[in-house]
Amino acid sequence: MRALTARRVWLVAALLAGLLVLMGVISLGLGAVPIPPRELGACLAGAVHAGAGSVSADCRVIVLELRLPRVLLAALVGAALSVAGAGFQALLRNPLADPYVLGISSGAALGAILSLLAGPPGTLLTGGAAFLGALATVAGVYLLGQRNGHLDTPTLLLAGVITASFLSAIIMFLMTALPGRELRGLAFWLMGDLSSPLPLSLRWLYVAALLTMAALYTTAADLNLLLAGEQEALHLGVNVRRVKLVVYLSASLLTALAVSVSGAIGYVGLLVPHAIRLLFGSDYRLLLPASALGGAVAVVFADTLARTVAAPTELPVGAMTAVVGAPLFIYLLRRHLQ
Amino acid sequence: MKPAATPAAVHPAPPRALPRLGVQGISYAYGTSPQQFVLQPLSFEVARDQVLALVGPNGSGKSTLLRLLAGTLEPLAGKILLDGIELKQLDTRTRAQRIAVVQQENPLLFSLGVLEFVLQGRHPHGRGLRFPDREDLKLALQALDQAGAGRLARRWMHELSGGEKQRVVLARALAQRPVLLLLDEPTLHLDLAGQIDLLRRLRQLATSSQTTVVLATHDLNLAAEFADLVLVLDRGRTAGLGPPAEVLTEALLQQVFGVPLRVEQRPEGTLRIFLEVNRA
Repeated sequence: MRALTARRVWLVAALLAGLLVLMGVISLGLGAVPIPPRELGACLAGAVHAGAGSVSADCRVIVLELRLPRVLLAALVGAALSVAGAGFQALLRNPLADPYVLGISSGAALGAILSLLAGPPGTLLTGGAAFLGALATVAGVYLLGQRNGHLDTPTLLLAGVITASFLSAIIMFLMTALPGRELRGLAFWLMGDLSSPLPLSLRWLYVAALLTMAALYTTAADLNLLLAGEQEALHLGVNVRRVKLVVYLSASLLTALAVSVSGAIGYVGLLVPHAIRLLFGSDYRLLLPASALGGAVAVVFADTLARTVAAPTELPVGAMTAVVGAPLFIYLLRRHLQ
Repeated sequence: MKPAATPAAVHPAPPRALPRLGVQGISYAYGTSPQQFVLQPLSFEVARDQVLALVGPNGSGKSTLLRLLAGTLEPLAGKILLDGIELKQLDTRTRAQRIAVVQQENPLLFSLGVLEFVLQGRHPHGRGLRFPDREDLKLALQALDQAGAGRLARRWMHELSGGEKQRVVLARALAQRPVLLLLDEPTLHLDLAGQIDLLRRLRQLATSSQTTVVLATHDLNLAAEFADLVLVLDRGRTAGLGPPAEVLTEALLQQVFGVPLRVEQRPEGTLRIFLEVNRA
């Protein structure tokens, strides 16, 4: 057992970043109209060297205008959800915490939908409302999940699942208030969907998500100790109150960012940090960046499958992640409760 | 950000006369009415090279007193001075550089390597992301040796027996390089040889490294043998305070613990305490 070094963090991050680029390029070539590797290479090289104006129409429309933003969005959503999951796991001291399972995604979705009733989409309003929805849900689940003053796994998960179901019911009611033709789109979006046009610009989403992850990363060393319990963390010099606040805000914001552009994509925040822990250990200084990159890979992969398995029909990406995630969740839960 | 602390800066040598730990009339209550006092006003001093044992029945206030000394609980009244500085003036990080706490066992959510676990003790001494440097590694391995767990460095926490885990938890506390070490029932998971070994190590720590030790224990014989001072607590009240031979008398122990006990003075001056109970 070696101690973690910054070098190891960089190595793992580089490895996963390489995997993400590879996955992204593969995803760009696949779809209703496949682009052969050689043509894709020429397209990407041409776009990088001479700008989007110089490449073929196929390349420009299919690869650069349709697929590239979608791959970038999938990567962002995967990273945000995975890091949020890892954050909530430390905050709630529960390895099964996940923004979707605990109803936090539903809270963010409810916030986003309420804002759609109030004003046009595509404003900061959507993201802000989703953020408030996530914050309120975390607080609610945190309070409901306690038994005798302690967070306890079955109580917490039950509180989350019931909260999610309650919030979904409210969303159903609200949906009837929206004009008919938007309904199908909204229902699809709730299943976790990356095909809708973006309400916010991709660039600003990336800036917001990266800043939030950076803020969370400053507490990485403290999170390792928080996981051992608040008393112990305090004894080891962690400013528990400040660290919990940073995690609470940043994990909620990341969930809100992801949900406000893609709906509720489930289980990513559970699956990815678990896989990373198995592969590389549970130290948050490595876990957070590795989960961000691993989550990006996972959702780009899931979205590629969603676009291609039933092409030209698209499946919602949330259905893909749930098909894998739900059984695994049951397995982990049973193991955890033993 | 504070400047990187050198060992000398972390533990400035106090004047000789100053006790390491000065407790001045502290009390504590969980409720607000005086009937709910968990700890009646209490004062004592512990010198740098001393071991203080807290004894008393369950619910007598031992754990509460330890939490007050750790600074995670603030006394209702009174002051706690560590090397002359009032405890509540220290921030969390500085406190963790000076006081280490060994608690009763806390399960880990994810398994860790033993060395990683002990390195957590270096947390209050580092900054930012605190990747351990060579010095941290050296101190962590040294702490493992001091706790008698040197050969466990490459193992995983989940593979350890209760006794081994207890040593590793002690090693993490020692890696903090504290001036005050607080332990709650440290011998709980240890077999007889392990209990004696641990107490010898704590004794050694106080005598030769001037790390003051305060421990709560149910084992009166170990307290009598290894502690310089014993504080007997009875429902939050100080029933006795002083060297073991003066405090641990038959009358006092029977009154506090409510069971018949016999105390024998050995020729070499040490005490042996026996329970005098039969089946009926």
